[in-house]
Amino acid sequence: MRTLNAAQITEAIAKTASEKAYHIPEEILRGFDQAMKNEKSETGIDVIKQLKENAAIAAKGEVPYCQDTGTAVLFVEVGQDVRIEGNLEDAINEGVRKAYVGSFLRKSIYKDPLRRVNTGDNTPAVIHYSIVPGDKVRIVFGAKGGGSENMSKLIMLKPSDGIEGVKNFVIDTVSQGGANACPPLVVGVGIGGNFEKCAILAKKAALRSIEERNADPFYAELEEEFKTKCNNLGIGPMGLGGTVTVLAVNIEVYSCHLVALPVAVNINCHAARHGEIVL
Amino acid sequence: MAEYRLTAPLKEEDAAKLRIGDKVLLSGVIYTARDAAHKRIVESLDKNEKPPMDLKGSVIYYVGPTPPREGKVIGAAGPTTAMRMDAYAPRLMQEGMKGMIAKGKRNDAVKKAMVDCKAVYFGATGGAGALINRCITKAEVIAYEDLGPEAIRKLEVVDFPLIVVGDCAGGDLYIEGRKKWEKK
Ligand code: SF4
Repeated sequence: MRTLNAAQITEAIAKTASEKAYHIPEEILRGFDQAMKNEKSETGIDVIKQLKENAAIAAKGEVPYCQDTGTAVLFVEVGQDVRIEGNLEDAINEGVRKAYVGSFLRKSIYKDPLRRVNTGDNTPAVIHYSIVPGDKVRIVFGAKGGGSENMSKLIMLKPSDGIEGVKNFVIDTVSQGGANACPPLVVGVGIGGNFEKCAILAKKAALRSIEERNADPFYAELEEEFKTKCNNLGIGPMGLGGTVTVLAVNIEVYSCHLVALPVAVNINCHAARHGEIVL
Repeated sequence: MAEYRLTAPLKEEDAAKLRIGDKVLLSGVIYTARDAAHKRIVESLDKNEKPPMDLKGSVIYYVGPTPPREGKVIGAAGPTTAMRMDAYAPRLMQEGMKGMIAKGKRNDAVKKAMVDCKAVYFGATGGAGALINRCITKAEVIAYEDLGPEAIRKLEVVDFPLIVVGDCAGGDLYIEGRKKWEKK
């Protein structure tokens, strides 16, 4: 049994969370370069130029990339051979608190959804735990913007709706909400599981690298097809018209009940801030 | 698609000449306000009280910035989604507001008010918080301090890069721009 001190987790999360607010992932920057080549609209090219410049300014470490520094979302995989000394959940939230308070990030979390008072430190985080083999703790951190989150949707399709139904739902969701979600987008799609599993799959997909395709060639192909279809919508950078609406469509799937075909679309914006921690 | 350098507050003829797709570098004085501040402004207008800023020719920026570092005036300051302000914007246009800066689509009532009142809707690049920070040279809370990041700030801006996304001829770049590039 390996022992891990909860304080180490706090430190690692604090570091990653503050870093990501200022440094957009390299893969997204490469996505912008690609978008510069693929974008045909002049306004669209202007927007992408601004995003590149914005990334360069933010990377100096004084001003965050985007003012919505997001909800902290964490996928925490705890190896079953690790013993954590201290309170894991408190340690995670402490890491988030340190980053948001100490690194001049915006505190966007309300304690209660209806009574709406700010907690002042961007906690609590949204945390998804799983127990996995091994003696490591692996954490995927995401800072998820609220504007793009609001354009996300879930549907319980009928199995007879089939692949066409899935396609239509994904493309319609981007078509309706894409312009408001700061395109170029990263579209996370969950297919299968049940009601809650499907939403979690979509979130995982939205926080995945845009350069990583689904391991199953069937879904990898579907990702490419959805991407082309989304770009054909003409929404373009910032929704002002153009040929690059999405940087990627990422799909995650899970087995499901014979009467079910759940589909969730979690929209992420160009500020697709995420990072991985292994302890 | 023309390019302009304009100064805020906006003159009637400046707002009226702009058309969707035009690029504007805006300098001068603008005000920040989000949902809660809008609600209060409209409430004070309803009570025949003076709003906290002169609305005539005013440009309002929908933004909730990150906190400034020491010695800085403001943090990252990109636009927020406009639709949450749709309920209040027509009233402010009737009172003389000439420009709105934000991101995302507007509803028909807002678009109609822009035509009736000869006002303009500018799109700023969503998420470009660090870039826009550089255009803001001064920031001062002038009302509703209790709202924190949502308090009304008076900003001085220099060459704030904007694109006209809604104009007083009823143009909407979210519709027209997309139409141009959509592949059926
Ligand atoms: S949608 Fe994304 S890029 Fe746009 S303001 Fe929100 S977090 Fe920033």
